[in-house]
Amino acid sequence: MTVTSTINKAVRRVPGWVLYIVGAAYAGWLFFLGLTGGLGVEPIEALEHAYGDVALKLIIAGLAVTPLRQWVGINLISWRRALGVTAFFFVLAHFLVWAVLDVQRLSAIWADILERPYVTIGMAGFLTLIPLAVTSNNWSVRKLGPIRWRKLHKLVYPAAVLGALHYVWLVKGLQFEPLIYLAITILLLATRFWPQRRRATA
Amino acid sequence: MARRYTSKLTYDDVTPEHLFLNRRQIMAGAGGLLGAGLIGGAEPARAQGALEPNSWEEITTYNNYYEFGTGKSDPADNAHTLTTSPWAVEIDGLVDNPGTYSMEDILSEVEIEERIYRFRCVEAWSMVVPWNGFELADLLNRVGVQDGARYVAFETALRPDEMPGVRVPVLDWPYREGLRLDEAMHPLTMMATGIYGRDIPNQNGAPMRLVVPWKYGFKSIKSIVRITLTEDEPPTSWNMANASEYGFYSNVNPNVPHRRWSQDSEREIGGGLFARRQPTLMFNGYEEEVASLYEGMDLNANF
Repeated sequence: MTVTSTINKAVRRVPGWVLYIVGAAYAGWLFFLGLTGGLGVEPIEALEHAYGDVALKLIIAGLAVTPLRQWVGINLISWRRALGVTAFFFVLAHFLVWAVLDVQRLSAIWADILERPYVTIGMAGFLTLIPLAVTSNNWSVRKLGPIRWRKLHKLVYPAAVLGALHYVWLVKGLQFEPLIYLAITILLLATRFWPQRRRATA
Repeated sequence: MARRYTSKLTYDDVTPEHLFLNRRQIMAGAGGLLGAGLIGGAEPARAQGALEPNSWEEITTYNNYYEFGTGKSDPADNAHTLTTSPWAVEIDGLVDNPGTYSMEDILSEVEIEERIYRFRCVEAWSMVVPWNGFELADLLNRVGVQDGARYVAFETALRPDEMPGVRVPVLDWPYREGLRLDEAMHPLTMMATGIYGRDIPNQNGAPMRLVVPWKYGFKSIKSIVRITLTEDEPPTSWNMANASEYGFYSNVNPNVPHRRWSQDSEREIGGGLFARRQPTLMFNGYEEEVASLYEGMDLNANF
């Protein structure tokens, strides 16, 4: 109780927009590292992976908000929009590095999307997130009404699974790290289907 | 040695490493001043048709060697734990003189020379590496290949105490690779024991690795402990893991796309964040030397 309420108090003191600044600064820092040799001798691949990695982590963090509140009592709801929107910007950065710096040619970008399944599902995940990013503002919530808005934003569930699968599929061989991301994603989604329970605090 | 490979490049073509590194720094500095678009301006060497070797740092810090981790920098970080001396290679199968050969013994009978080869990974990146080593044919001739032998199988060391990556079943360890006998005997095929005149670093496959420059890098098996001459095509690690993506032959071929990476272009390591892709050459630029090995073969089927 004391731990969770301390966390909750601390969270309340930090507004969500701080995450935008931290996210933008980190993305810029990674790009700067890539420019100056800090990401090793193959910065394009390193930057692409770094952005994708942050994006997936933020999506997972966003998915964790509800279970954390329901099951543990930690309330990060005031950060959820910022988590989601920042995640989207990292997905966008990941996509741009891939398309512009890595693949480079429009025809090759198309071919990759059509012919390589891990690119196809990554792309599908990206497209799925666009309507969510566009409607992540109070005006859209009012315009759509909370029920429709919430329904629309459940699209983050398939997007998260697509993102995690994209990672599992793109690595060579049976690697643990992407499987862990996929497992956590599925676990967090599964909690949505467990019987609702108020947290058992005294 | 009926037809030894004679490199058209000489040591004069290798940029001395101190100048090379120096030049890189100058280039980087100039790039910073003139705008990033000019970083890729290292054209003179390519225009002359010579291969410009990558730097020692590039060659030794960007590696696939999954026994030490799946990240590109993992091998450089972790491979120092590998004991490479003493080292012995078991040579068995259809050979006249099977046995366990120590590295000293192997090296005492061969002539080490320098070969500047393109190195092309199936992940569609490439480097140019000044290898030191000897022709595999010299070793095979020494042990005496018997008539029935048609393939050569290789195995990498498997040492869980020294190789943190093998604790994870990314592949079915030990790493295995193989060549058809004529590929193995080809004068381009070499056993590398050094880079830039220095001992080959552990992350690059110390103390002895295969180099087959017209094939994707994963064919060029590292840290070899066993060579077996066989009648049948040997099982190979990536083929066992995913046969539809990794064929036995794995020749560099811009016309045969891989499931994950289009192979018609590649990125040369060291070009920085704005490096332009380069078109991939058939057989990695060694078409003249090796195309005859595959005459009559459907390279789409035997990829």
